Amino acid sequence: MHRSSPGQSMPGTSRRTVLRGLGGAAVLGAGIPLLSACAGSSASSDTKTVTVGSNASDAVPKKGYADVYAAFTKQSGIAVDINTKDHNTFQEQINTYLQGTPDDVFQWFAGYRMQFFASKGLAAPIDDVWKTIGDNFPSAMHDLSKGQDGKYYLVPLTTSPWAVFYRKSVFQKYGYEVPTTWDAYVALCRQMKKDGLVPIAYGDKDAWPAMGSFDQLNFRLNGYDFHVELMAGKASWTDAKVRKVFDTWAETLPYHQEGAVGRTWQDAAQTLVAKKAGMYMLGMFVAQQFSNKADLDDLDFFAFPEIDPAYGQDTVEAPTDGIMLSKKPKNHAGSVKLLEFLGTAQAEEIYLKADPSLIAASTKADTSGYSALQKKGYEMISQAKHLTQFMDRDSRPDFTSTVMQPALQKFIRDPKGIDSLLSSIERQKKTIFASG
Amino acid sequence: MSSETTTKIPEAAPAPPPGAATPKRRVPQGHQRLLTRRDRLTLGLMAGLPTILHVALVWVTAFASIALAFTTWDGIGFDSIKWVGFDNFKELFTNNPQFWPAVEHNIIWFVALILIPTPLGLFLAVQLDKQIRFSRVYQTAFFLPVVMSLAVIGFVWQLIYNPDTGLINSLIGANEPGHYIDWIGDPDLNLWAILIAASWRHTGYMMILYLAGLKGVDPSLREASALDGANEWQTFKNVIFPTLRPTNTVVLVVTIIEALRAFDLVFVFNKGAEGTELLSILVTNNIIGESSRIGYGSAIAVVLLLISLVVIIPYLVSTFRKERRA
Repeated sequence: MHRSSPGQSMPGTSRRTVLRGLGGAAVLGAGIPLLSACAGSSASSDTKTVTVGSNASDAVPKKGYADVYAAFTKQSGIAVDINTKDHNTFQEQINTYLQGTPDDVFQWFAGYRMQFFASKGLAAPIDDVWKTIGDNFPSAMHDLSKGQDGKYYLVPLTTSPWAVFYRKSVFQKYGYEVPTTWDAYVALCRQMKKDGLVPIAYGDKDAWPAMGSFDQLNFRLNGYDFHVELMAGKASWTDAKVRKVFDTWAETLPYHQEGAVGRTWQDAAQTLVAKKAGMYMLGMFVAQQFSNKADLDDLDFFAFPEIDPAYGQDTVEAPTDGIMLSKKPKNHAGSVKLLEFLGTAQAEEIYLKADPSLIAASTKADTSGYSALQKKGYEMISQAKHLTQFMDRDSRPDFTSTVMQPALQKFIRDPKGIDSLLSSIERQKKTIFASG
Repeated sequence: MSSETTTKIPEAAPAPPPGAATPKRRVPQGHQRLLTRRDRLTLGLMAGLPTILHVALVWVTAFASIALAFTTWDGIGFDSIKWVGFDNFKELFTNNPQFWPAVEHNIIWFVALILIPTPLGLFLAVQLDKQIRFSRVYQTAFFLPVVMSLAVIGFVWQLIYNPDTGLINSLIGANEPGHYIDWIGDPDLNLWAILIAASWRHTGYMMILYLAGLKGVDPSLREASALDGANEWQTFKNVIFPTLRPTNTVVLVVTIIEALRAFDLVFVFNKGAEGTELLSILVTNNIIGESSRIGYGSAIAVVLLLISLVVIIPYLVSTFRKERRA
């Protein structure tokens, strides 16, 4: 279309300046296909490859899994395409990741966290895999790998117990004895305080360690079954049994390290490393903070003491990590083969060679290469009557992160007003669990 | 073009004849091509794409989250969205122990930023405006925190506040049992500790804004007030400060926005634990994660939106009114 310009000196927008501006728009436009391309990066549909979504972004586990998958490729001729994401990012995005185009199999955790996605139809059952690998696992691991519908959804790989850690040399120096009952434990705390030690190292800045303390007290006081009911949202938080957990906890709070809400677990562990603290109740990963070999050899642990003889020390908190099959894997046959391989003792042995801070989930795995700490952890887990995961793995994560984490931080900072705290938890729990 | 002339008369200075450039000026062609069909298509794309993007990413999402605020949804499949009416808000106002503290902290955040770093920034700007020696060095030093991301500032200040190994407690020996100061965990302290870090950054921001405002003050005003015998304080109070009115408006708006969007510093510092709850943190905690409470988180976001509107609408109204008058 041509039009004569009305005057000779019309300065208005010339065609050239108009078009020059378009360059920018073109760049903007080009960004759109890029955005959508991000979603499905691994589009390999050939049957010779299995894709794995991995949250093992730290150097040690990353290498461990890479070794395992390499061994699988060597054995089966099926290539494994590992898609590693930052550990926390993986967790935050798992929801959208599984609804989009996920990898064939993905690394995840046992417990409610696995059951939730299984019940939402975002994972495929793997009963056929368990027919092959079932004998490799103790019955507690069988239970941990099942969804609420009774089908299997997870192949467990590694685990590690929570316990009370201490330094052998410190116990030797002061002549302390490992307490097996609650009274002995409290008496030991009192003695340690007298000796100028921080009896129990403690850090809850990241808000989850306190959930571990609650778990231990709850299943020692009220037993495994009540703990499960409470985590499932069935038992009431205003129950006298729960009240008792907090009362017992409050009794030992004066022996916990001061200012826990401002301290990370790593900093708390350092007080144990420096022999300023006598004990630390945490997962076995606390060993990661013992960078000096001599210090690590000095590290030991005992099971959380018995409170009610009816339950003894029969329950062990042992968070288990494993691998699941996504809802519509592109290479189903290959994925099954990979899962079967991962369920063997051999695969776990390869992994643990690279990462000695964990324990194999399979009882068939060779334990001869284990450190003293690993051996003891292995024994503890294999003798346990019940295995729990952790509050945020055994209960709804939206409940534990938005209600329990702040509530427990409030409690350990200021243990007064337990009743109003508990009724507030119960009220919030009801709405969250009612939301389906 | 002038090479010929220079070779012919080498000594002559090539003074350009007056008006030599005039014949070079292009005479407009008389006809100008305006937009072809293709141009209009590209133009349409150019205006259309941003519009679509804007509508999709700003308006649709905003209205979607308002709608979602009346539902419960775990983010998995659209069929799990359930209409619950005002339940989320009821739950929020009556049952959430973190909600009212969060509102309160957002307000404290604003008041503290207005009362501490803003006057401080103004003071620094006035001093720097006096052309003192090393003015540039000071300017850079005070402005440097503004360049850093708030997340980084959070990490830096944690090194200072860490109760066990941090600078303050190590210096004053407050990391011993018995007289332990928990800057990060104690709800009576942690908000103020974070606000100091936030102010540290905000001061530089304010300083630059006021410095720009002061550069625009007519020097003859100062002269006039000096001639009238006003001292420095009187000049500032009665002459300079009133001329900074437009800057003050900007400062106010910027500070309100800073207070409402406060997030990164706290998230890095202690993830909004007791004493440092903020609305933005509550939104994030509820929406991000494995089994999210998207409806509930949206309800908190809507509250944040309403508060923002209460603040922003009067500002926009007054600005537009001014423009219309001008």
